[in-house]
Amino acid sequence: MKGSLIILAFFAVGLVGGIYDAFPSWLLSEDLTTYALFILMFLVGISIGSDKNAFYVLRKLNFKVILVPLTVVVGSLVGTSLISILLSDINVKEAMAVGAGFGYYSLSSIFIGQLHSQELGVIALLSNIFREIITLLAVPVLVKYFGKLAGIATGGATAMDTTLPVIVKFTGKDYGIIAIFSGIVLTILVPVLVTMILEFM
Amino acid sequence: MTSYIVIALFAVGIGIGWLMRDKEKARKGVDSAVTWSVYLLLFLLGISVGINDEIINNFSRIGYKAFWLTFGAVVGSVLLAKVVYQFFFKTGNEE
Repeated sequence: MKGSLIILAFFAVGLVGGIYDAFPSWLLSEDLTTYALFILMFLVGISIGSDKNAFYVLRKLNFKVILVPLTVVVGSLVGTSLISILLSDINVKEAMAVGAGFGYYSLSSIFIGQLHSQELGVIALLSNIFREIITLLAVPVLVKYFGKLAGIATGGATAMDTTLPVIVKFTGKDYGIIAIFSGIVLTILVPVLVTMILEFM
Repeated sequence: MTSYIVIALFAVGIGIGWLMRDKEKARKGVDSAVTWSVYLLLFLLGISVGINDEIINNFSRIGYKAFWLTFGAVVGSVLLAKVVYQFFFKTGNEE
């Protein structure tokens, strides 16, 4: 939660400064953002690859846990594409790209803002922050009505870190490892799926 | 093009990360570098949104769309999670 507030603060400072033209024009260059994105993705890769926890978790699980991140992927993409039918000014592709953020708002918004449009980037930022907040607040209720995978499912990519404590608290320690596994798989899938949806659909 | 470079760098990063998995200090450094690049990029996204009048003037509509997309993603995931849980994860003593 604290992390998302800091990120929102950086976004807000940029936003307000942008509205009042407070920044020099070199900050607005496409190239700067592109290179920063290259560096970020390379670093995120290193961070995931060097996570020993990930490989430890993999050894302890049986095959059917792959169903959990798959559930989140299918559920999020189908859910958002159905919503796009109801909203007049967003198409299926855009809606699915936002849904493929799986709560990973920082990366998905940056990615979508760069590959598609800033407007969709902002939608991804807000939508995926909402997803994290809903998870933090609603896990107890969701678990009660939708079973023990519900918290991991709403948490999406955040189930491995920010929302893990609430998930474990309301579904039990034995589901903690499934939550971490699902979160890691989804974190890796965010850039891959967002790209595939925006480039090939 | 950008997207392919990004995915390639991501994949190379995962490989390099795997080789670095025992270098505790370097890992910490990488993690804080990730945090600061995220701050930088969100700050830059903020600026480009701020100078874009079309987005600023439609902010409430953008929030509205974001809310409903979240709703769709959450409901879709949770409903499917219920089915998957019933069929594959629920054990007899959890009835």
